[in-house]
Amino acid sequence: MKKWYEESGKQEDVIVSTRIRLIRNLREYPFPVKMSHEDRFALIARVTGAVEDGNLSLPVALRFLNMERLSKAEAVSLAERHITNPEFIAECDGRGVFLSDDESVSILLNSENHIQIQVLGKGMDLYGIYEEADRLDTILDKSLHFAFDEVLGFLTQSLENLGTGMRASLILHLPALMEGGEIGRMSANLSKLGLALHGIYGAGAQPKGAMYQLSNQVSLGLTEQEAIANLDRIAMQVISQERSQRRSLAEKLEVQDAVSRSLAVLQSARVLASDEFMSLMSNVRFGISAGLVSNLDYADVDGLTLRVQPATLVLSSGKQLTLCELDALRAQVVASTLKNRLNREEKQNGRIQGNE
Amino acid sequence: MSFTICESCGKNPATIHIKTILNGELAEYAICAECAQKLGYGNLLTGLGRNYSSLLGGFFRDEDEEESGAVRCDCCGSTFDGIARSGKVGCAQCYRVFSGRLLPLIQRIHGSTRHRGKVPGGDLPLPRQQSQLAVMRGELRDAIDTENFEQAAKLRDCIRSLEGRKPGEKMV
Repeated sequence: MKKWYEESGKQEDVIVSTRIRLIRNLREYPFPVKMSHEDRFALIARVTGAVEDGNLSLPVALRFLNMERLSKAEAVSLAERHITNPEFIAECDGRGVFLSDDESVSILLNSENHIQIQVLGKGMDLYGIYEEADRLDTILDKSLHFAFDEVLGFLTQSLENLGTGMRASLILHLPALMEGGEIGRMSANLSKLGLALHGIYGAGAQPKGAMYQLSNQVSLGLTEQEAIANLDRIAMQVISQERSQRRSLAEKLEVQDAVSRSLAVLQSARVLASDEFMSLMSNVRFGISAGLVSNLDYADVDGLTLRVQPATLVLSSGKQLTLCELDALRAQVVASTLKNRLNREEKQNGRIQGNE
Repeated sequence: MSFTICESCGKNPATIHIKTILNGELAEYAICAECAQKLGYGNLLTGLGRNYSSLLGGFFRDEDEEESGAVRCDCCGSTFDGIARSGKVGCAQCYRVFSGRLLPLIQRIHGSTRHRGKVPGGDLPLPRQQSQLAVMRGELRDAIDTENFEQAAKLRDCIRSLEGRKPGEKMV
């Protein structure tokens, strides 16, 4: 089955993916900070009962992963594939995840809150993804009766999530704005509007692969639709700024050269460290949008980026690897994926020309 | 007192810890509030240049000084000081027990203390009945002012049905 990140989406040149998280708690247990080990297991059993209850008819099949039984690489890979946040895997005691086959739907148990419903999708699709998360929430609430207060909304462990309990986020590829050194200023301005913008691979000023996350911070006093519309509007402004900067960058010979060289290295390198891969892939992704790279699309690039993250790559190899072996395997996977993709396009083009 | 220096600016004491995945390992960055703001990790409290403890000012006490007679949540045993110190509420009941002291904080974080989003219990997300009523009463006034009596009659019936009154009963 295709994973969600191998699909295509809207505004893909800048928006890699959309994510909606709904944070929910049950009234009958204390919040995770005060939960005993027994409480955690009782909660997992309670939610499992609801998920497996045929009468509720969830729109998607979910399988359970007990975090205590996962290896370190398996746990880290969950975070690399954006199924959980890094905080969730730091402490696995009494935690679990329900996950759909395509990995687009997950329900985290006993994280910062009892339940976190998450739906992911490619490109920009805030309204569609919210609708999916909302449906799951409505169905689960029929059995679980989430803690809710008329005035404060959904009750959460931290005051920051009160109200809708919703965090909507977008992953953005912003190579041109990062190059122009404009992200810091934008991030400060956005925080005044109740939005957060930060790098996702590394916390520095130049995050790997120029990948950023933009999300809403305010969850009380406005409806889910208002919060989403707000995020959507601001994201469109960021997209148009990024595109306009890209246009002027794409005219420069040295930028065109960097894109071509990056693609060449990805196709022929024998050893590729994670950081180097991220920066080359970012150049190629930019090259696709600028029309400098043909025969590759965003789904190829984004799927590959997740597949060659360190822990995910180790898992796919099925054995322990040294760092050198890992970098060699990454180079091999990248080269063969690109070769397959580019060959397929060439064959298709050949067939079309032959028919003419 | 020992403290870590911010890994971003190398100057200020680090007060915020951010977990991230780096080269297949879980890593933690320790950064100061100022850099957190610059790097987009500031939450709405650091945005105000404060954290919970300073926000609470006079309310905040050391754990040792915590009064034995302090009000405790009868459900999870949390005290307000404990919640303020950790930034974490103990259970759903705490919101009722410490309502008076939590509301100013909530107002500060969200700029509001009133939920306007989804209300559980229905098949579809419905707007809050009270706010729906307020909107309809406004529309009713407008309809009467503009002499749109057909619309006004429809609105009047809707308001009555929402209020659970029979069509014949007088409006208050």
